[in-house]
Amino acid sequence: MSKPEMNWAAIDADPRFQELHRKKTSFLWGLMIFSIIYYFLLPIGAAYFTDLFKVKVWGPVNIGILFALSEFVVAWTIAGVYAKRANAEFDEMAAAIIKDAHNMGAK
Amino acid sequence: MTQTLKKYWPAGLGLAAFLLCTAAFGADGAVEDKFKWMTFAVFGAIICVTMYVTYVAARQTHTTSEFYAAGRSVTGVQNGWAIAGDYLSAASFLGIAGLISLYGYDGFMYSVGWLVAYITVLLVIAEPCRNIGKYTLGDVLAFRNDPKASKTVAALSTITVSTFYLTAQMVGGGVLIKTLIGIDYEVSVIGVGILMLSYVVFGGMKATTWVQIIKAVLLVAASILLVLFTWGQYGFSLPGFLSAVVADPKVQGQVAKLIGDAATNMTPEELGQRFLEPGLFLKNPIDQISLGMALVLGTAGMPHILMRFFTVPTAQDARKSVIWAMAIIGGFYVLTLFLGMGAAMNVGAAKIISIDKGGNMAGPLLAQFVGGGPDSWLGNLFLAFVAAVAFATIVAVVAGLVLAAASAMAHDIYVGVIKGEHATPQEQVMAARVSSVIVGIMAIVVGILAKGQNVAHLVALAFAVAASGNLPAVFLTLYWKKCNTTGVVLGMLVGAISAIALVMVSPNMTYPLAKIAAANKVLEGVPAKDGKPAIAGALAKEEGLMAKLAVAADDAEKAKLEKDLGGVKKAIAGAKKDLDTFKGQTTSMVGLEKPMIELKNPGLISIPLGFLCVILGSLLTRDKRSEEMWDELYVRQNTGIHAEAASAH
Repeated sequence: MSKPEMNWAAIDADPRFQELHRKKTSFLWGLMIFSIIYYFLLPIGAAYFTDLFKVKVWGPVNIGILFALSEFVVAWTIAGVYAKRANAEFDEMAAAIIKDAHNMGAK
Repeated sequence: MTQTLKKYWPAGLGLAAFLLCTAAFGADGAVEDKFKWMTFAVFGAIICVTMYVTYVAARQTHTTSEFYAAGRSVTGVQNGWAIAGDYLSAASFLGIAGLISLYGYDGFMYSVGWLVAYITVLLVIAEPCRNIGKYTLGDVLAFRNDPKASKTVAALSTITVSTFYLTAQMVGGGVLIKTLIGIDYEVSVIGVGILMLSYVVFGGMKATTWVQIIKAVLLVAASILLVLFTWGQYGFSLPGFLSAVVADPKVQGQVAKLIGDAATNMTPEELGQRFLEPGLFLKNPIDQISLGMALVLGTAGMPHILMRFFTVPTAQDARKSVIWAMAIIGGFYVLTLFLGMGAAMNVGAAKIISIDKGGNMAGPLLAQFVGGGPDSWLGNLFLAFVAAVAFATIVAVVAGLVLAAASAMAHDIYVGVIKGEHATPQEQVMAARVSSVIVGIMAIVVGILAKGQNVAHLVALAFAVAASGNLPAVFLTLYWKKCNTTGVVLGMLVGAISAIALVMVSPNMTYPLAKIAAANKVLEGVPAKDGKPAIAGALAKEEGLMAKLAVAADDAEKAKLEKDLGGVKKAIAGAKKDLDTFKGQTTSMVGLEKPMIELKNPGLISIPLGFLCVILGSLLTRDKRSEEMWDELYVRQNTGIHAEAASAH
């Protein structure tokens, strides 16, 4: 299945891979949890905070509509933040590991 | 010989489908007879373009990688458009605009979840799957779990999810085409089926991808055009546009109809404003949250979405494609606010419902309106264009689903399990094509058999099964060291089966006793009780109206009474038909007199259950291969070392 001469356990144990793993995990989980909480605020708010959602702030535009529109902005922002960090940081870290992968604890 | 066949079959099949459609020319539909040629001209143009694409793609499709993954040659931007084309089904294009046009705010709230779902896809699924996967969901799971066991359950689940979704699309599509242009239901199901089959069988993933891209571009173009016309006259001001919605008597009337007695003490202004507030459509918040969970986690477990990530050359392109897809899908859903609200005020809920109860015709009717109305040339050209886009939408979504189901059947079951990975490249491609034909014919047959069935809940069910069965297994395989074969098999089976079982005992099913009671209530009315006034039955109303009509003095009064009488007669006929249909029946399909649970969407229960079973199964058993392969999987999914490379041309 895998091509020979790769010591996966050694790569896994490499400090650079560990750092990539650590950074990625905390970043991804943070974004994921934030996005899920923010999303479920919409149905919860619509059901239990109806009076707040009804407050008009901009002509007939009420908080409910602004909040629903903000869901789109937040989703796009999360996507942008992730792409920026992944392109700038994670890809480079991975590339450095790939470059040395063959020399790590050669079997 | 086969080469010649390959060259001309797509064109021949396209022509056959087109002739089949035009053969039914002339029946009733939203498009008037004298303007139908326009719809067919746009249909014909779309079919010609997609057939040319299929012809080109067929010449480049020889290997399995080319058939299932377009030779991994799709760029990130192209894949983003294709994902949008795969995802924006007729239900979202016509259905959501319809919901907004009938129920205002709640319809718009509904559309948010469909975009947020892609955050899960972007953050945890797209890149790892591209790095370790080959063609299917089964490949991802088989990386560290027992290949035969995991491929079997993955294929079963893929085929189940795709069939649910496919049935909903075929039935919805057939009804839609009938409503729009009056083509017979069976004819349009067969027409959609033949077209979709010719794309998939001859052009594989490459043709499917381009059909989806073309459809997404058309859909976005049509929506932008409509929004320019509807929103532009208010100077693209949000408060300006919504003020007009609030002030519109048709919108106010619809709200008054929806809230009933509560409307009596409200000013017209307040009624209009109510359209922009939650609570007109979604009554049960727990159900709403349950559906949200299924959407946000189910999209990431949809086999036909997952499959799209194997078509790009690298994980970076997979990332880029989700970003593009999110921009397109999100932008489209923002536009639905203007499409729906615009239809509510310009066309009016009453007219929309008169053609289709679910509101599906809101977008097409709005198109007709902005072009100049039912008698104008431009209005009908717009309507024709939107109808043709709806048709392209159905074909593109169905093609993606058939390809996903066929790959599970051919690649996972036939090559992986039956042949034990020992099949020649030629055998593999042949298996893929034969499976596509089988799935396609099955889709046509199921589509025809399910005529007249209520299939709306099948889409929600497909998402629930994907979220409860597929996602926990994929997610934990990718991110949890202790995950193993037993856990994956147990989790997928329990997750999927519990989601289906919960729907079978939910209010989604038909309960004859409730139907009979409702029909009797319509006919006989409700006697006064606990201080609430009595509600007159339709039979009593009919008598009363007849008596009034007999003594009515002027014509205006007569006309009004006759109109009311017509409505009452319709209600009586509907109720009597229900009484007839359910006569003597007491239980639903699974033998229940009433729903066992109140949840319409099972996700809230079945998703945690799916995760729990993967975890328990993994902790209670040991699997050497799952443990040994973890290091390799984890390094590869994070770095992309040894990822399936693009095939050279």
